[in-house]
Amino acid sequence: MPESTNDIVVMTGIDKTFPGVHALDNVAFSLARGEVHAIVGENGAGKSTLIRILTGVDRADRGTIEFDGRAISIRSPLHAQELGISTVYQEVNLCPNLTVAENLLIGRQPTRMGFGINWGALNRRARECLRELDVDIDVTRPLGSYSVAVQQMAAIARALIVSNVRVLILDEPTSSLTGHETSQLFKVMRKLKGEGMAIVFITHFLDQVYEVSDRVTVLRNGSLVGTYATKSLSRLELIRLMLGRTIADLDDMTAHKIESSHHISVETLLEANDVGLSNVIDPFSLSLHAGEVVGLAGLLGSGRTEVANLLFGIDKPDSGEMVMNGKPVTDFSPAGSIGRGVALCPEDRKAQGIVADLTVRENIILALQAGQGWFRRIGTKRQLEIADKYIKLLNISTPTADQQIRNLSGGNQQKVILARWLAANPRLLILDEPTRGIDVGTKADIQKLVISLAEQGTSCVFISSELDEVLRTSHRIVVMRDRAKVTEFSGQVDEKEIMQAIAGSES
Amino acid sequence: MRGSYANAWSRLTDSMLFLPTVALLLILVADFFLIPGFFKVELKEGHLYGNLIDILVHGSPTMILAMGMTLVIATGGVDLSVGAVMAISASVACVMINPTVVGMNLTDPRLFINNPQYTWAPLWLVIVVPLVIATLCGLWNGMLVSYGRIQPMVATLVLMIAGRGIAQLITNAIQIIIFNDTYAFIGNGYVLLPFSLYVACALFIVAWLLTWRTSIGLFVESVGINFRSSFYSGINEKRIKLFAYAFCGFCAGIAGLIVTSNIRTSDANQIGMYTELDAILAVVIGGTLLGTGGRFSLMGSAIGALVLQTTITSMLSFGVAASAITAVKALVVIVVILLYAEQVKTFVRGLGSLSLRRENAR
Repeated sequence: MPESTNDIVVMTGIDKTFPGVHALDNVAFSLARGEVHAIVGENGAGKSTLIRILTGVDRADRGTIEFDGRAISIRSPLHAQELGISTVYQEVNLCPNLTVAENLLIGRQPTRMGFGINWGALNRRARECLRELDVDIDVTRPLGSYSVAVQQMAAIARALIVSNVRVLILDEPTSSLTGHETSQLFKVMRKLKGEGMAIVFITHFLDQVYEVSDRVTVLRNGSLVGTYATKSLSRLELIRLMLGRTIADLDDMTAHKIESSHHISVETLLEANDVGLSNVIDPFSLSLHAGEVVGLAGLLGSGRTEVANLLFGIDKPDSGEMVMNGKPVTDFSPAGSIGRGVALCPEDRKAQGIVADLTVRENIILALQAGQGWFRRIGTKRQLEIADKYIKLLNISTPTADQQIRNLSGGNQQKVILARWLAANPRLLILDEPTRGIDVGTKADIQKLVISLAEQGTSCVFISSELDEVLRTSHRIVVMRDRAKVTEFSGQVDEKEIMQAIAGSES
Repeated sequence: MRGSYANAWSRLTDSMLFLPTVALLLILVADFFLIPGFFKVELKEGHLYGNLIDILVHGSPTMILAMGMTLVIATGGVDLSVGAVMAISASVACVMINPTVVGMNLTDPRLFINNPQYTWAPLWLVIVVPLVIATLCGLWNGMLVSYGRIQPMVATLVLMIAGRGIAQLITNAIQIIIFNDTYAFIGNGYVLLPFSLYVACALFIVAWLLTWRTSIGLFVESVGINFRSSFYSGINEKRIKLFAYAFCGFCAGIAGLIVTSNIRTSDANQIGMYTELDAILAVVIGGTLLGTGGRFSLMGSAIGALVLQTTITSMLSFGVAASAITAVKALVVIVVILLYAEQVKTFVRGLGSLSLRRENAR
């Protein structure tokens, strides 16, 4: 355990609210010199918000930040840099058409008596910086001509080139690296750590957490779960902490679920036989029945969304076959799926769900109208009826149906997207992270809705990063890992077994 | 009461038609004071004449182009080729009236000169075939943009450059003169008002019905705002784009017919020159966002075309040389950029709450 005097950053009581989302709730975080500190948590847990506050991109609503023993407020990314906090973001945001050296020293280029750029010195500086990271390349070649790993190294070198860097933040630096490249990166991280650098490492690969980090901080739903010494925390325990297990009173919903399980139809609604897409997801088999909720559990990147995309026809499988209602599926497209009665409430609400400038009414009827085609327009009066019906049913808070959806809070936007799909009257409804970034009350509403839909005979696929949520709503649970279906649980499900399946054999 | 006043103000200023209408009114008011007799309309031999009528006549090709351009811009694209497509449509029409230039041997070439009714192909074909070809040109653009995934500006640049060449090829680089009076009626005829104005109005109504009596308008906006969400909602966004470009081509075809009929010749080098820029400008004045697309207003674009033409006609009446008119257009562009800046919009919106505050203070 590092002593408190060794801490370079101490954040306490950090609170941050975005419109509609409580992103961080009284979170504490400390970072010591010479440690690699991993931050883990599913999407929406608050990792990126915490980092954005530490790097001055966002300001905390409440809470204090101590840097090197002094209480400070970080005003801007530039201010953070001046303090010695450097960040490497997930996406390499350098210029691929400039040379490596230019990328490293852009804005800090050595000049020749104040005029022009001293190219010789520039290239020399760049070469030295990279050599410190054990990267020996021709710095005069365009950055884009090198592999992503080298580019990532260049990004790190650029972060380190700022004088007196004391805190280095790596935001998912390994997501595009191969195994070998990753280990090279870890070597550099260890070396920097040895020199006293404090490193924040954000990742969703648990292997890497164990390989390189000294401590790990777990966030969930904007709250701090805890900070632990990595060595003393078992893998299974870590997953349990990440996925959460709230001891709320859920008996009612569970009873409801058990009751509804009697209505599950024996006939198969949709059958997927060895459906797969190479390099995206391994072939899997799945059968869905009317009146049933099937939960997809697994960590981020385990292939949950990929399954949803195949079932809905966003992607076209290159192996296996899908049968819906006894008929083989040939038309893999959203439009075709809507025609068959399949709906997908996508994961990324902003990019794939809402149409920001359209009204709530237009957003709700969009899929229904798309299903009816160009020339059978739903009359404005009918549109309003439909919109009002779902605004009431889902308790969407909006002044009128003709409000632009962009003005609604995240949770209400999500309800509108749900309404869009309910209005299309689907027989199979796929919900990909329908409760992400939504307040607790709305979450419970959505979970109840899913169960009641199943009771009415809809087949639901429920995808969520929160295991307790999946457990609560699903009659059957499919576990995904490493882009493949691992196993399936039905009936009385033991939570521990599921976690074991999610974690894999090594635990 | 006060609240509702401020509310009404913000509703008015938020309307897409607010700025173009105000602009049009301002120019007309300025004309009223600065140019004596600008508003005089005379009835001569059953025809209406005057500056206002001139604006409508000369503005109608731009108005027609702007209809199609509105849909294209609303999908987030742009069509630079409409001027060239106008030339193609004009050349095809002229060749069909008088195919001698392409080497066809007619029994008596003098027929063209002596008979003001003569046309080689029946007149309905002379109108339909160019429109079909223009629509195909639009389809080609649409294919490149939606299925070829080429940047709209680059994709339509192809036809913008090639189109005039094709138009020249069709007529063997000869300017065909049209003697057919019936055909010339399209661009020169009067039924109290100029005939081309009726065409523009009819097209406006067709475009409006086609977009808002069907779900096409909604889909075009949806695709322009967020094509991924639209795709996930089951909208075939490629087909919507294809439609928008095809319709734009169709509109360019009509504009080409009107212009060639008006000047009674197929001048592939001049017909539709720079009109793509006028059309884009009209759409932008009308409040549809260039580049991002999304919400569009056909009425706004029609008013936008009138704003542009009114400015030009006013300047000409005011004594500005015709050769300097492009400078005037540049002025319009600058004013538009300023007026549509977010800061100005916020300021105008603020005027409502400002007066509200004053009332409260009192």
